[in-house]
Amino acid sequence: MPTLAIVTDHYHYAITIFLMMAGLYIVVARGNMVKKLVGLSIFQTSVYLLYVEPGKIIGGTAPIIDPSFTVYSNPLPHVLMLTAIVVGMATLALGLALVVRINEAYGTIEEDEIFERDRET
Amino acid sequence: MNAVWPHLPILQVVVPLIGAVLAGFLRRAGPAFAVALAVSWLMPLIAGAMLWQVLASGPISYHIGSWPPPWGIEYRVDVLGGFMLLLVSTVGAVIMPFARRSVAFEVEDGQQAWFYCMYLLCLTGLLGIVTTGDAFNAFVFLEVSSLSTYVLVALGRDRRALLAAFQYLIMGTIGATFYIIGVGLLYLLTGSLNMADIAARLGPEWAGHSRAIVAALAFITVGVSLKLALFPLHAWLPNAYAYAPSWVTAFLSATATKVAIYLLVRFFFSIFGVAIDFRELPVTDIVIALSIAAMFVASVIAVFQTDLKRMLAYSSVAQIGYITLGIGLANQAGLTGGLVHIVNHALMKAALFLAAGAIFFRIGTVRLSDLAGIGRKMPLTMTAFTVACFGLVGTPGTSGFISKWFLVLGALDKGWWVPVFLIVGSSLIALVYVGRVLEVVWLREPSAAIANASDPPLSMLLPLVVLAAATIYFGLDTQWTAGIAGTAVKNLLGGLR
Repeated sequence: MPTLAIVTDHYHYAITIFLMMAGLYIVVARGNMVKKLVGLSIFQTSVYLLYVEPGKIIGGTAPIIDPSFTVYSNPLPHVLMLTAIVVGMATLALGLALVVRINEAYGTIEEDEIFERDRET
Repeated sequence: MNAVWPHLPILQVVVPLIGAVLAGFLRRAGPAFAVALAVSWLMPLIAGAMLWQVLASGPISYHIGSWPPPWGIEYRVDVLGGFMLLLVSTVGAVIMPFARRSVAFEVEDGQQAWFYCMYLLCLTGLLGIVTTGDAFNAFVFLEVSSLSTYVLVALGRDRRALLAAFQYLIMGTIGATFYIIGVGLLYLLTGSLNMADIAARLGPEWAGHSRAIVAALAFITVGVSLKLALFPLHAWLPNAYAYAPSWVTAFLSATATKVAIYLLVRFFFSIFGVAIDFRELPVTDIVIALSIAAMFVASVIAVFQTDLKRMLAYSSVAQIGYITLGIGLANQAGLTGGLVHIVNHALMKAALFLAAGAIFFRIGTVRLSDLAGIGRKMPLTMTAFTVACFGLVGTPGTSGFISKWFLVLGALDKGWWVPVFLIVGSSLIALVYVGRVLEVVWLREPSAAIANASDPPLSMLLPLVVLAAATIYFGLDTQWTAGIAGTAVKNLLGGLR
């Protein structure tokens, strides 16, 4: 069953791409700034999956050399994504801090209302 | 000296990073500025020493922690890298003295030390992107520079600066994430993150798998184009430039977009160009089409602006179009023109935004209608401004002419006549928007509101005059710009398949 093989071999890519597109869609479609940041976070999270999944080899073990094991998982993607998680967290924190300041300055975090208030002044 | 010499590539990045921490801890504006100034003035010395070394004896490869590449992170400085490092660090050094008074005027007291901390972090990131030879490391530096830039933009006094910073954050993060998706695809294909190693592994045997390579190319191109504000991905730029503190705008317009352009050149010519036949991909055609659109659409929008900084911001989008046009042409003369325009545009746009900052420092506004006759009140500032304006149009005798000349040669090399006329045509639109400002500034009677305005203090005037003088100097002597850029291009094109 080649079709089944395609599904079982590639379903994780489908999940990754679904998350990617869902996140990007939320960023574009929502006017609420906190929701935008949530979308941005989901978008970034999909990248963690993109990197980490292929690093795992079924039956593979932690990459510590031992005569009783021959198959190892790739540890590098995890390390890379640790860095990316830190970057993503910093982005989210800064974004939320900006939203707090915007809320103080404008009294709202809805994008269209903010544009309206800027037009009034 | 001998102990320091081999470690220049890492010092280029680590010194501003330590400076940033120091400036943050000092908490007071004066000492923080002193740290920023010392670091800014040290950076061109390191960059110059590395460029000299590269021109004399070939690329520098520095292995962090002595781990050999491709396992460890490699810092690699070649002619193009040294050229960009020298540009970014020199611009930082020249405009730094301007910052003290301008920042004291525009940023609240308690935030000034953080301002210098963020500037040094941004400098760390920008220099890091150019120094590193590792694709993932470049992503980290890209985000270091971007996150600090969002803060710098948000420090503007106007509340719209917050909104501009937020929009920039959303767009910038999408760009960086696209970039990292592209790098991830390359990593899945090759198992390597070292740029030279990726290029070597994406050899001809991958021809059958080219769809994944094209996807990676597409993601990286779009992601980096968002960062460098290639039309139509430029939406974040005008607001961010218009509402950021004046000095930040000058710094960003001269360095941040330019470093993103460097990254695009690096990926196009050092990685993808080596791996696959460039001519088979439509990517250069797309880049050329968007560049020409940028040259015209952004220039026309600039004509209708009522705010000086916003007009200059749209002009930046148009000028970035010239640079990416050179990248799209991808031949010796064209790419040289693109790289030379990186330098020339950086110098003159920094001068223009500094002049806008000086005006804001004196009269508290940069709306065109308030600037009537300001040339008579601030003659030196506005003379420097005018010289840079001529550079923007591309008048012979200014640096802008040199880059456009090379671009025209590049288009003619390909036998394309249409882009030649388009380059000239868009320069005429530049003449319109520049002429509009010059008319207001020089030919109208000064209003009562600006009666007390005068040229700014020497610390602000000197950087401005130096940059304007450089605009003329590089229009007459092209040995440093076109000469080194030509060598860099020869190396880049020599590696192409």
